[in-house]
Amino acid sequence: MGEFDLMTGLYVFVLATLAGREVITKVPPTLHTPLMSGANAISGIAIVGAIIVAAKAEGTLQVTLGVIAIAMATINVIGGFMVTDRMLAMFRKR
Amino acid sequence: MDTGIQLTYLLSAILFVVGLKRLQSPATARKGNSLAALAMLLAIIATVLETQILDWTWILVGVVLGGMIGGAAARSVEMTAMPELVGIFNAFGGGASALVAIAEFLATPGIGASTTGVTILLGTLIGSVTFSGSFIAFAKLKGLMTGNPITFPFQNAFNALLFLAAISLGAVTLGVFGSGDPQTLFYVFCVLALILGILLVIPIGGADMPVVISLLNSYSGLAASAAGFVIGNTVLIISGALVGASGLILTQLMCKGMNRSLANVAFGGFGGTAGVDRSEIGQRPVQSADAEGVAAELGYVNSVVVVPGYGLAVAQSQHELRKVGDLLEERGVDVKYAIHPVAGRMPGHMNVLLAEADVSYDKLYDLDEINDDFGNTDAVLVVGANDVVNPAARDPQSVITGMPILDVDRARRVIVMKRSLSPGFAGIDNDLFYMDNTLMFFGDAKESMAELVREVRELA
Repeated sequence: MGEFDLMTGLYVFVLATLAGREVITKVPPTLHTPLMSGANAISGIAIVGAIIVAAKAEGTLQVTLGVIAIAMATINVIGGFMVTDRMLAMFRKR
Repeated sequence: MDTGIQLTYLLSAILFVVGLKRLQSPATARKGNSLAALAMLLAIIATVLETQILDWTWILVGVVLGGMIGGAAARSVEMTAMPELVGIFNAFGGGASALVAIAEFLATPGIGASTTGVTILLGTLIGSVTFSGSFIAFAKLKGLMTGNPITFPFQNAFNALLFLAAISLGAVTLGVFGSGDPQTLFYVFCVLALILGILLVIPIGGADMPVVISLLNSYSGLAASAAGFVIGNTVLIISGALVGASGLILTQLMCKGMNRSLANVAFGGFGGTAGVDRSEIGQRPVQSADAEGVAAELGYVNSVVVVPGYGLAVAQSQHELRKVGDLLEERGVDVKYAIHPVAGRMPGHMNVLLAEADVSYDKLYDLDEINDDFGNTDAVLVVGANDVVNPAARDPQSVITGMPILDVDRARRVIVMKRSLSPGFAGIDNDLFYMDNTLMFFGDAKESMAELVREVRELA
């Protein structure tokens, strides 16, 4: 990870939180369930980490953990985005 | 790391934010979700290009397996069961992040008291608590275990001690003080974190589930961020922070909707229906009406506001309700739907259920938007809601005092569709039922609503 610096990481984390706060505060209550399932899908970003650790895994234990991590994160990503889309398609104006 | 890859991660982060921004309106929300999905795809592609993957087999096994399970769940889930789905997805998100941290621990022998060591333990802790806590929340929502709070003496003190034990064990694992086999200590640390997650959720009752689900949603984001710190990946930190912020905002809104502090929800052991004295409840006289009477009350007025509660969803009668709304509109009645922040089992749940029943989203109003209108409303139809329309919230002596309520009692006529006079989650009598302008429409929500459809249709 060489070039990664903890302080920079903290800056990124705090600023992203503030940006998220600004954007998400304005999401109307009527869309809070899709917001949550969409957020579920986004937290599936752990798939990136899971691929990285699975790629360099040595031995059965590490490989197993990596594969389970990938599977769980993929459930979040695929399931989260799909169910959110399904819900949002129901919000119609007549 | 390649600049092109870094820029792809940056683009991905931007698209996540823009995608969430599009969720600010139902008209653009679907595109926003697709943008976020595109952001995810870009991040995954960048990762695959950056990482030297020698053996694709197991990675593909994980992706195919996860994709099949996730896709099947997303397609088949009933909208009433969304809280359970979000609950179990929170668990998987937290679990995946925890496993990333655990795998990194195993891949870094002799880790010592380094920054990496601390982030690994933090990632493991947050991820594991999210995993086991969400699993309990899922089990409670699904009815696999009791929805009532599970409490025991000195629970909070015990949990605090357990937390301290986990932290100390973490310090020993990193060799800050004492010594031992880091691997074994780390496994015990993982187990303690899992137990902590279980113990944090069991004392929280069914009525508080919207808060818990929101909070665990936030945790699943923080867990992803922590995993980002572990492997030094910015896109994980950013996406995790966005989810963390989202979950926290929803948590605060849900607490506000119940007039409770987060500490009170988390440590209060409240929110079930056990141990309440019900002897005085439902002993006063009420006025009641049948479907024909209710149809007449609704069909000849100018404005009707419907207040749906979770009881409507339990009875699966939201489609019937929409038919009543349509018929009234055909008669020239202005129909609106007023939705309390904690009306369902998760934030915005009732809105999704009504959207599924094809109610136009511009007819859905939240508490702040509609509360001033009740004084000018001819008739209110309360279906399957109770505590959120209890005027006792304005009484300083009441247990629900200060809770924001829909001021339905200010309407000229209030019709409450309900099976009986039994209390809601707060376990107290509802003064609304006994007021002069209130009519009780007793019966099973599904049958009553079907009858009401027929009667409104027959109105001259």
